[in-house]
Amino acid sequence: MQKGYFGDFGGRFAPELLMPPLLELEEAMERIMAGEPFQRELTDLLTHFVGRPTALYHCANLSRELGFGLWLKREDLAHTGAHKINNTVGQALLAKHMGKTRLVAETGAGQHGVATATAAALLGLECIVYMGAEDVVRQAHNVQRMELLGATVRPVDSGSRTLKDAINAAMRHWIAEQGNTHYCLGSAVGPHPFPLLVRELQAVIGREALDQFQRRVGRLPEQVVACVGGGSNAIGMFHAFVPHAQVTLIGVEAAGDGSPGCCHSATLSTGTTGVLHGTMTKLLQTVEGQILASHSLAPGLDYPGVGPEHAHLQALGRAQYVCVTDDQALAGFMRLARTEGILPALESSHALAYALKLAGTLPRNANVVVCLSGRGDKDLEIVRQALLKREG
Amino acid sequence: MSTSHLTDKITNALAQGRKAVMPYLPAGYPTKEAFWKHIADLDAAGADIIEIGIPFSDPVADGPVVEQAALCCLKQNVTLAWILEELTRRRPTIQAGIVLMGYMNPFLQYGMDKLARDAARAGANGLIIADLPLEESDGPRKLLQEHGVDLIPLVGLNSSPERLRAHAEKATGFVYFVSVMGTTGVRETLPEQLQDALTQAKQIFPIPLALGFGLHAPSQLQGVESVVDGVVMGSALIRHIDSTGTVGDFLAPWISSQ
Repeated sequence: MQKGYFGDFGGRFAPELLMPPLLELEEAMERIMAGEPFQRELTDLLTHFVGRPTALYHCANLSRELGFGLWLKREDLAHTGAHKINNTVGQALLAKHMGKTRLVAETGAGQHGVATATAAALLGLECIVYMGAEDVVRQAHNVQRMELLGATVRPVDSGSRTLKDAINAAMRHWIAEQGNTHYCLGSAVGPHPFPLLVRELQAVIGREALDQFQRRVGRLPEQVVACVGGGSNAIGMFHAFVPHAQVTLIGVEAAGDGSPGCCHSATLSTGTTGVLHGTMTKLLQTVEGQILASHSLAPGLDYPGVGPEHAHLQALGRAQYVCVTDDQALAGFMRLARTEGILPALESSHALAYALKLAGTLPRNANVVVCLSGRGDKDLEIVRQALLKREG
Repeated sequence: MSTSHLTDKITNALAQGRKAVMPYLPAGYPTKEAFWKHIADLDAAGADIIEIGIPFSDPVADGPVVEQAALCCLKQNVTLAWILEELTRRRPTIQAGIVLMGYMNPFLQYGMDKLARDAARAGANGLIIADLPLEESDGPRKLLQEHGVDLIPLVGLNSSPERLRAHAEKATGFVYFVSVMGTTGVRETLPEQLQDALTQAKQIFPIPLALGFGLHAPSQLQGVESVVDGVVMGSALIRHIDSTGTVGDFLAPWISSQ
C-alpha cells in the first residue's frame, strides 16, 4: 500500500509549505510515540487524568425491551465528557516531546476545542482554537470553557463560518507558524499522518471494549456500532475489531431531517470521492468539486468529509455505513435518558438510535456494543428547542 | 528555445532586460464578462504569463482577498468547464502564456486525464495545484506532460535542499517560489531569509524561478533582483480592480521599473 494511504483513500494533498511539519510529525510518531517512555507517560495520563479505562455498561433495562444485549462503551465518562480527550492528551504530549510550545486546533461545536484547551493547560502549552463565527454564537458555553482553560478562541468569518472553515483557518495558521506550533487536528481526517495518528490515539476505546466484553461475556459481540462525522470515535472503536471478521461493524451517519434533498452529513452513504483538507475521501460536493455545506442536529457530525480509513473500510465491505435522522437520534436520546439514566450526546444518540432499530431482528443471546462517544449536557439547548418544535 | 512555452516566455522577458510579469486573477472576477476584458487588457499591457485562478470553495493556501474573490466567482457559477470553453475560444487573441492555478478537487472531479487534454486544447501552458505536494504529484505530472502542459511546483522558505533537488529533477516550465511562510495576500515587507533561500533555489533549479505571494510593489524586490526571473501578483491586482483601477495602470510600474 502507498504510504499514507488506506487503499485508494488518504494521502497528503497539502500545500508544499505544510510538508516539512507533516514529515516532522510522521517522524515523531515513529521515533517518539512508538517508544516505551512515551507510551508509559501516555498510559499514566489516560489512567489518572482522563479516567480510563471507561466503563463497558450493560443496559439491563433496554436489553429487556429490545430482546438482545445492548452494551455501551462509556466514553461520556472520560474527562471533559467525550472521547476527544484521548486524542488531545496524546497529541499534546507528543507536541511537548517534539519541543513545541503551542497547540493550534479547530473546533466545530467546541468539544475538540475544550479537549485541546484542557490538554494544553495540563501540559503547559499555549492554545489557539479556531471556531466558525456561527459556532461561536451557537456554542457560547464551550467558548467560555475554552477561555477559562486559558485558550484563545479565534472566530472564523470566512466561507460558511463553520467547522470546515475553522479547519481551513487552522491549516493556514500552521502554514504561517510551524516552528513552535503543533496542529492538534480533532478527527481522523486531514493529510497523512493525521488519520493514522488520531486512530492510534483513539484505538484505546476499542481495545478496552474488546477486552472488557470478552472478560464479561467470554466471546465477541455480534455488532459494534459508532457514530461517524469525521469518524474518530468510530475508527477508535472499530480498529481492534477489524481483524475479527465475525463482528459486524456499523458506522452511523447523520441524515439530517431525512427529507429528499435535505441538508445532511451522510458523507459515506451519499457522497463521492474527492480531496478536502489534505485527504482523498468521500465528500459532500457538487459535480464540479465544490464542497457543500453539511448539517446535523448533532454539531459534532456536521462535516462534509470523513476519515479516509472509513471510506476504505466501506470499499472493502468490512464496515457498513447507515443513516439515522435527527428525529430518530432525538428519540434515542430520550429513551436512554428515561430507561438507563444516561444523557447521551446527540452524536452518540445517532449510534444508539441505530441499535434501537435492531429490536426484533436479532436473537436473544446476540450482543451489540455502542460507542457512547460523549455526554449530552452540551446539547440541552438543542434538545429543548427540538422538543418545542416537535410539540409546536 | 526550450520545450516549454512558459520557460520561453520568461527567457524572452529576461532577454529584454526585465523580469517576467505574471499577474493572477480568479476566473470570473469580478464578473464573467469583465474578467475576459481584464485578461485582454493584461495581455495588451505586456503580461508575459497570465495565471487564471480556478475558484474552489476551500482554498487553504489563500488569504482573505483571494478567498473572497474565489467565492464571488463561485456565486456566479464559474466552473472549470466554462473557463476551458471560453479560453479555447479566446486563446488565439492572447499573446501571454497561460497557467491555470487551482486546487486538487475541482481538477480531480473534472478528470485529470480529460483536464490534461482539454487544457492543452484550450492553449493552457501550465497548471499549478496549490495542494499537490511532491509526494502526490507523479500521476498528474505524467498526464499533463503527455499533452505538453507543465506542472509548476510551489516551493518555499522551509523547503530543504533535498526537496528542492527532488522537485528540480521533475519540474518543467518554471518553479514558483512562495515568498512568505503563509497564505496569499499583500505584505509590506518580505522575510529577511528570502535572499539566501532564493539564491539556494536558483542554484538548484535549471528552469526559471518566479516569486509570488505578498507582492504589491517592485521596490519589494530590492536585494533579490538577481535571483528572480519572474514575479506573480494576485491579491494586489484584485484590490486594484476592486478600487476601480485599470489593469494597465497596475502592470505599468512592474514593466517599466525594470
